[in-house]
Amino acid sequence: MTTVRSLVLISNDPESKSRGSEAIFDAFVHHLQRFGLEEEVSVSFASDIGQSFVSPLVIIYPEAVIYGPISPADVPHLVEEHLYKGRIVEEKRAPAKALSGRIAWLAARKGTLPAENRIVLKNVGLIDPDSIEQYLGAEGYAGLANALSMSPSDVIAMIKESGLQGRGGAGFPTGLKWGFVKQAVGDKKYVICNADESEPGTFKDRMVLEGDPHAIIEAMLIAGYAVGANEGYVYIRGEYQLAIERIETAIQQAKVLGFLGDQILKSDFNFKMHVHAGAGAYICGEETALIESIEGKRGEPRSRPPYPTTEGLWGKPSLINNVETLANVPAILRNGAQWFKGFGTPSSPGTKVYTMLGNVNVTGLIEVPMGITLREIITIYAKGMKRASFKFAQTGGSSGSIIPAILQDTPMDFDSYKKVGLSLGSGALLICDEDNCIVDIVKVLTNFFCVESCGKCTPCRIGTKRMYDLLMGITKGTGKLEDLEELKSLNISLFDLSNCGLGQSAGTPVRDMVEYFKTEVEAHIKLGVCPAGICPMHA
Amino acid sequence: MPVNCSEVRDTIIQVNQIIDEIGSTRADLIPILQRISNECGHISNSAINEIARRTNIQPSQIFAVATFYRMLMTKPHGRHIVQSCESAPCHVAGGRELFQALKDVLQIEPDQTSPDNRWTFLTTSCLGVCGIGPVVLVDTDTYGNVTPDQLTSILSKYE
Repeated sequence: MTTVRSLVLISNDPESKSRGSEAIFDAFVHHLQRFGLEEEVSVSFASDIGQSFVSPLVIIYPEAVIYGPISPADVPHLVEEHLYKGRIVEEKRAPAKALSGRIAWLAARKGTLPAENRIVLKNVGLIDPDSIEQYLGAEGYAGLANALSMSPSDVIAMIKESGLQGRGGAGFPTGLKWGFVKQAVGDKKYVICNADESEPGTFKDRMVLEGDPHAIIEAMLIAGYAVGANEGYVYIRGEYQLAIERIETAIQQAKVLGFLGDQILKSDFNFKMHVHAGAGAYICGEETALIESIEGKRGEPRSRPPYPTTEGLWGKPSLINNVETLANVPAILRNGAQWFKGFGTPSSPGTKVYTMLGNVNVTGLIEVPMGITLREIITIYAKGMKRASFKFAQTGGSSGSIIPAILQDTPMDFDSYKKVGLSLGSGALLICDEDNCIVDIVKVLTNFFCVESCGKCTPCRIGTKRMYDLLMGITKGTGKLEDLEELKSLNISLFDLSNCGLGQSAGTPVRDMVEYFKTEVEAHIKLGVCPAGICPMHA
Repeated sequence: MPVNCSEVRDTIIQVNQIIDEIGSTRADLIPILQRISNECGHISNSAINEIARRTNIQPSQIFAVATFYRMLMTKPHGRHIVQSCESAPCHVAGGRELFQALKDVLQIEPDQTSPDNRWTFLTTSCLGVCGIGPVVLVDTDTYGNVTPDQLTSILSKYE
């Protein structure tokens, strides 16, 4: 690995790309040559690092100065002043109030903001995702080396001890799941990484795959060693083209250096990995639908039991973990279970990655300890509401809960949320202000389920459509009070009778709407008025 | 619709090339369909029959898989596909107004193709770029933070 004096990072999320980040990259390369700095300064792309108002961003290390928005025309001046003469170009610095996430923490310097703790996103935006050398330089594959020096049972014991829970939404204890797969009888076992991230508002897994693909390979290797599997699949949703390219590159690099293949790190452990690109179906995030899809079929969930841990891909025991869950694993193997338990709350150790969206001043990605409250996230990281005051937030994609203002001080961890009947979901936080109509939002959420229902089981296929029609009626001013009773009973039917999580949670937004915003819904029905002025209220 | 023989022949040649590259097991079916959909524009009946011949999977099964996934096109479409995200994060960030404006500019409804075959208009579920909503996808180009008045200039890039 060559050592450089300075590192230039250019944001390369879709937004930055459309604003010419590639031209900026070329300009840096050109002007660094002009000053003879090409050996001393390295230029890399970084995926979206957490905000989007002043992109494209250019970050120069080691000073950690953040410039933005930058155009190719600014580059000669930046190279000459900052990299050649060593003077920070104050007028081009990104305004602190437009920064969030890691970037905000960097901008404000540690200590002035409650610092984020980054485990999952530790390397994202800081290393070149296409370079295995940089990953190795950031303690990469050290967790794997530790794992291989332990017995598989000890690795599982360590994961159990750490208290890591599945970050896909359900919060199932990861160590327990690994134990099930290890105990399952079978000549062949599989490890599957679920990267079919399709919950509306969630893009944390994309960031990990785009920014730190080797972490997922390392985690799958550790998992494979622990449960006795020698083959792995990464199932990535088809829309994530860049993530697919990055992980494929990473797999090739890992093969070359002997981290994948036979006798890994001179042990008896062999492992090979495949990438399966999804073809556009939300339901394939459900683990048994995902398996069906890898097998070349319609992504229709199977009946359970048997669970995939005993009968999964091609009938073999399979371990399926979400990207964010896996991204925690190398760090736990490196630093130990006690270290991991030092973050978060006793019942939910570790951190959680959230995507902040909606009517707030700053949108983007943050990784904070479990147990932070929604109010803290809105005021500190999202920098407050944009226009009107806070009305409700919707967690975890469409299948999550609607959190009214009265519950915004509930600690965000699996246990506390369960106690008040909410779900943490996949980590999306859609924060809405008073200008939004609850019926309108719930109608949009229900439409999502209606469109994405796979159609295999009747309660979900017909129930979601019926719910949508009733909500449509309310927004058109033709709703009746009996409709609310029917919506409630539909929710119960969906929950009790659906085959998989999609149908079971499809009624959650409706349930929460009737529970917390009954007066607003009744205003539509009884008075024929939409208090927020959003619904058309006529046919 | 009259069948164009040379088009059918081309499709069959292409299908065979793709299957030779990828393989012909059941697990290869979705990768095969993805390639055909991307390279031929859509998966035609003659393509399905040829896949069936090569893989020994029933055409009805192949059709069932092809119609299940959103990114597999089973119908011909216009020269450019415009997709508007209809999920909640885009909806609250101005997606509602943008959707109306798109309909006005394109002068077609969702799932329709314009008479000059320039546009096919689709709605889509979340694309995973919610930080910059509302999002419009034209072919494979993503546009974020789109406002109604930007639409004309965005669409003018596509002939």
